[in-house]
Amino acid sequence: MATSSERSPPPFPDSEDQDVLDSEEVGGRDSDEDDGEDLFMSASNPLLTEMDTTLPPASQPSDVLMKPPSNIMDEPLIEPVSSQTENKPANKVVSEPSDDFVDLTNNVTDSPDEAVAAESAVADDAKDTTEIPLDEPSDEFEDIFGSENEALQEEVLVADVTVEAATDNRAVTSGAIEPPGDGKTGSDDEQEAKETATDPIIDLSYDLPASVAQQPPPARDKCFDPLVDLLSDAPPAADANVPSRATVDLFEDEGTDLFTEPRQTKSATQQQKSLFGEADEDLFGEPLGATSKKTISKEQKDKPVKTKAASHVSNIGGPLQDNSPAEPADIFTEEAVTTLPSITSTSTVNSKTNGVQSEEEADIFAKATVELSLDSPRGERRKDVKAKPSASALSQSAAASLAKPQSAALEELEEEEEEEQGDKFDIFVSVKDPEKIGDGMNAYMAYKLTTETQLAMFRNKTFTVRRRFSDFLGLYEKLSEKHGPNGFIVPPPPEKSILGMTKVKVGKEDSSSADFVERRRAALERYLQRVVNHPSLLQDPDVREFLEREELPRAVSTQALSGAGFLKMINKATDAVSKMTIKMNESDVWFEEKLQEVESADQQFRKLHALVESLVIHRKELSLNTASFAKSTAMLGSAEDNTALSRALSQLAEVEDKMEQLHQEQAANDTFNFAELIADYIRLLGAVRATFDHRMKAWQRWQDAQCALQKKRETEAKLLWANKPDKLQLAKEEIAEWEAKVTQYERDFDRVSATVRKEVVRFEKEKARNFKREIMNYLACLLQSQQQLIKYWEAFLPEAKAIA
Amino acid sequence: MTDQQGYGTRPSAKMRSVSVDLNHDASLLIDIPDALCERDKVKFTVHTKTTLSSFQKPDFSVPRQHEDFIWLHDTLVETEDYAGLIIPPAPPKPDFESPREKMHKLGEGEATMTKEEYTKMKQELEAEYLAVFKKTVQVHEVFLQRLSSHPNLSKDRNFQIFLEYDQDLTVRRKNAKEMFGGFFKNMVKSADEVLISGIKEVDDFFEQEKTFLLDYYSKIKDSTAKAEKMTRSHKNIADDYIHISATLNSLSADDTTILFVSVQKVEGRVASDQELKLTELLRYYMRDIQAAKDLLYRRARALVDYENSNKALDKARLKSKDIPQAEEHQQQCLQKFDKLSESGKKELTSFKGRRVVAFRKNLIEMAELEIKHAKVSSTIQLTHFYTNEKWTL
Repeated sequence: MATSSERSPPPFPDSEDQDVLDSEEVGGRDSDEDDGEDLFMSASNPLLTEMDTTLPPASQPSDVLMKPPSNIMDEPLIEPVSSQTENKPANKVVSEPSDDFVDLTNNVTDSPDEAVAAESAVADDAKDTTEIPLDEPSDEFEDIFGSENEALQEEVLVADVTVEAATDNRAVTSGAIEPPGDGKTGSDDEQEAKETATDPIIDLSYDLPASVAQQPPPARDKCFDPLVDLLSDAPPAADANVPSRATVDLFEDEGTDLFTEPRQTKSATQQQKSLFGEADEDLFGEPLGATSKKTISKEQKDKPVKTKAASHVSNIGGPLQDNSPAEPADIFTEEAVTTLPSITSTSTVNSKTNGVQSEEEADIFAKATVELSLDSPRGERRKDVKAKPSASALSQSAAASLAKPQSAALEELEEEEEEEQGDKFDIFVSVKDPEKIGDGMNAYMAYKLTTETQLAMFRNKTFTVRRRFSDFLGLYEKLSEKHGPNGFIVPPPPEKSILGMTKVKVGKEDSSSADFVERRRAALERYLQRVVNHPSLLQDPDVREFLEREELPRAVSTQALSGAGFLKMINKATDAVSKMTIKMNESDVWFEEKLQEVESADQQFRKLHALVESLVIHRKELSLNTASFAKSTAMLGSAEDNTALSRALSQLAEVEDKMEQLHQEQAANDTFNFAELIADYIRLLGAVRATFDHRMKAWQRWQDAQCALQKKRETEAKLLWANKPDKLQLAKEEIAEWEAKVTQYERDFDRVSATVRKEVVRFEKEKARNFKREIMNYLACLLQSQQQLIKYWEAFLPEAKAIA
Repeated sequence: MTDQQGYGTRPSAKMRSVSVDLNHDASLLIDIPDALCERDKVKFTVHTKTTLSSFQKPDFSVPRQHEDFIWLHDTLVETEDYAGLIIPPAPPKPDFESPREKMHKLGEGEATMTKEEYTKMKQELEAEYLAVFKKTVQVHEVFLQRLSSHPNLSKDRNFQIFLEYDQDLTVRRKNAKEMFGGFFKNMVKSADEVLISGIKEVDDFFEQEKTFLLDYYSKIKDSTAKAEKMTRSHKNIADDYIHISATLNSLSADDTTILFVSVQKVEGRVASDQELKLTELLRYYMRDIQAAKDLLYRRARALVDYENSNKALDKARLKSKDIPQAEEHQQQCLQKFDKLSESGKKELTSFKGRRVVAFRKNLIEMAELEIKHAKVSSTIQLTHFYTNEKWTL
């Protein structure tokens, strides 16, 4: 099935490719190749070649791209589609041996050689371990994307965008795989890619031009190609994986040589494999069993993985770029020679990387991979380590990188996947042992942070550091500065409480300050856990530093009353004013509705919080009153002259005493399970609103730029009228500059919008899950206290009956 | 809501005379099947069923107001013949102020609440109002039942008139002078009590009983206050749950809302049952003990009178003047005192038995209700625990 389906898609892709862009030309090659298995191999090679070409001189496609960057952007999208279609054929070829894929995947996992190599490279880099795995695949990708990667590195975001587009494409491709409406699918993909990825694409194009005109375009092309490859790979990848298994075996056996060859020969296949590898478990299982359709689905899943790899590749790309030219040739040769083996090798590599990453969630991986990709050193190392592999790696990596970005996009799109991943987060941070350090007003609380993780990006499985409260605030400041404007929901830490802390500082160990410290400790723990559960934030070097580094530079400007704090307040005030003055015509109903939802939820949560607080207060009152009643009952019992009644009354006093305990526990339960959770969400909702504000700001910037552009145009028209050619030139330059800015800002805005959207969806999921869990906890506590209550009263009942 | 309301108030309807143990005498059965609340006045329908020949009909109903009950109580207290008896404490004046005030507050706060929250609070208040009303009826009924079950008091002429006269009694309301007089009398009585407390007790039983009752009274007064506070904070919690569940509802967390609604219901029931079983018990016995203390006061008064008459007799003998008169007076005082002591002893002993039985009954019922509520709420929570799939917020 897979083969047939794959085959059918290839023709379509070919047509599409041809129709479409420069990449189309490549695609055409691919498609041609696709026709036969050999062709496929060759096709994959062409892809690689394309990639390569893009890398070195951006070959034909790159040139084309170069010419009309913006157009290219659009085109690239199209191209990806076509390339995808091309890839599909390749995938089909691969799919034929898909049975083997399972083996291959296994091999891949086995293929420690590659992994080891990668690891060694990583070790050299001393970067994250995750990077290493990624590096391996990424190396390949790097080779291919090398040039792209540079650009990509600069603009990881761009890569993501491409990834998103890729994901769209993938989805399309997956849908289209069976029907091969390659052209259709391609077009669909293109459209989608345009829609979803247009921004990214634009970004890429912009970025690329900005960085290096030639390189950027190639990068774009590459990106697209990779995406296409990934897409095509992804669907077919499953199929390809089957053959790739064999190839994997070969690779393992062959070692680096094989790798290099495979890379060249089957960069596409490798990519596919890599994708598969990432998806290893899920993908493999599905791909193997399922033919084209399943593979498609798997592919999607794989895609994220692939995209990750791709990102890695892209990261590596910088270094790889150098290698890339050489690699492309190698790849081609290799492809021609051993397409299948190369594929297998790549797949193995990917699988390895996947395996490593796969343990962690795909999202995390994807992000991690992206970050890794940024780290060019690894890529370089890898290149060094594997000259041959690098070439192959480049092709693969390029594919992988494309796939990864795509996959990332897919992941974003496919929330369900995220959820699965979310559930599996392999990092747990606990905040314990609050300890008062120092005396008087200079005293502060230090907390012990213990991180337990399976993530390879950390050096150790468990590690412990000591942090003080202001460090947590400092982390938040850094994160919100970095990620806030991009539309990420940065979890806020608990507020500074001068009153509470002063009590702790001055007061002795009384219950209210202990209560305060415990509340804060728990809040900090939840805060950190939210940060590390966020796939993007986890990748932030500041987060890692915060978790790992022994000594942190003292966080400044977190003091509420300091000058910085004052500045912050002023900033907030100006923000509030500008917020009121900005009148945004909301074009997106979704955002409008969400904002309203968030605002009303915020209100409700605040109300709820006040209510729960009053519940806690009343419960404490009840506990107090119960205690005094118990005392009074005991007195009454002692005054009672009827022995049995006196006994019963003192028993009642005891019961009431225990009830008091229960009420107290219940009050604590109300506080910690309920009130604190709600307080958290009030803060988080504030963060959500902040992302909406950031989006609005991005929009405002865009609008301002548009206004400026409009003015420039008017000036130009005036100058034209006044016939002042000397100034006209200047005006034209300015217009071009502002045009670029407008596009840039528009892209920024779209990107922020997309991120906000994604983040809000994620936030809502998290919220539902969180509340469910907490309410379960709350209920469990309630249940327990009810059971206790039953026990107490049942014990009392015979006493009451014994009164005679 | 109706469910909860019914639940909260049903016990008071079903388990009447919870606080008192009455030996039911089929010859005279009294109940208050109905009552009407008009503004400040509450009109009780007192229904009597009797086989006694002193009544003209075997079955009749009359309308009575709270003031009529007070009048009956006062006349009984003022009757010399009953000085040796514990006169059942008069029922407290119907107090609808607290629910009314709450209702008023609720009306003011209507704007800040969601509609269902308001409706729920209103229902809750109505239930509370109804409970207060039923409780009021109940205490009045208990007062009459205690009179009817007392061998001496049931034969009182005023009591029979109270039961039988089918027109409004139109008891003259106390005027300001009388009110002041009553207040003054109380002052004198308290001062007298202090004076009398110096008198040496001649009977160990009464000596003991006096210390016990004084001690017990202060303790039970304390306990009552504490129990009231406790039930009030319990009710606050139930009210909090109402608001919380309403807010949750507006957050469209349906299942969670149901949970809190049910938790609230249980909390509310626990509170109202505690109120009924424990606080009411304590409150009633606080008043009953006050009545017993009054008995002791009257007896002590008689004792003082007797001693004074002894002194007067001595004086008379010394002066050889008016000796027979003094002797007679002394004899009268002695007789009165003896009679008081005798019936007082009987009354106090039976009071003790009655108290123990009432405590037993109420404590058992309260424990059972507590267990029942806890079980109900655990069941609710367990069901929620296992069907939480849809939980969101």
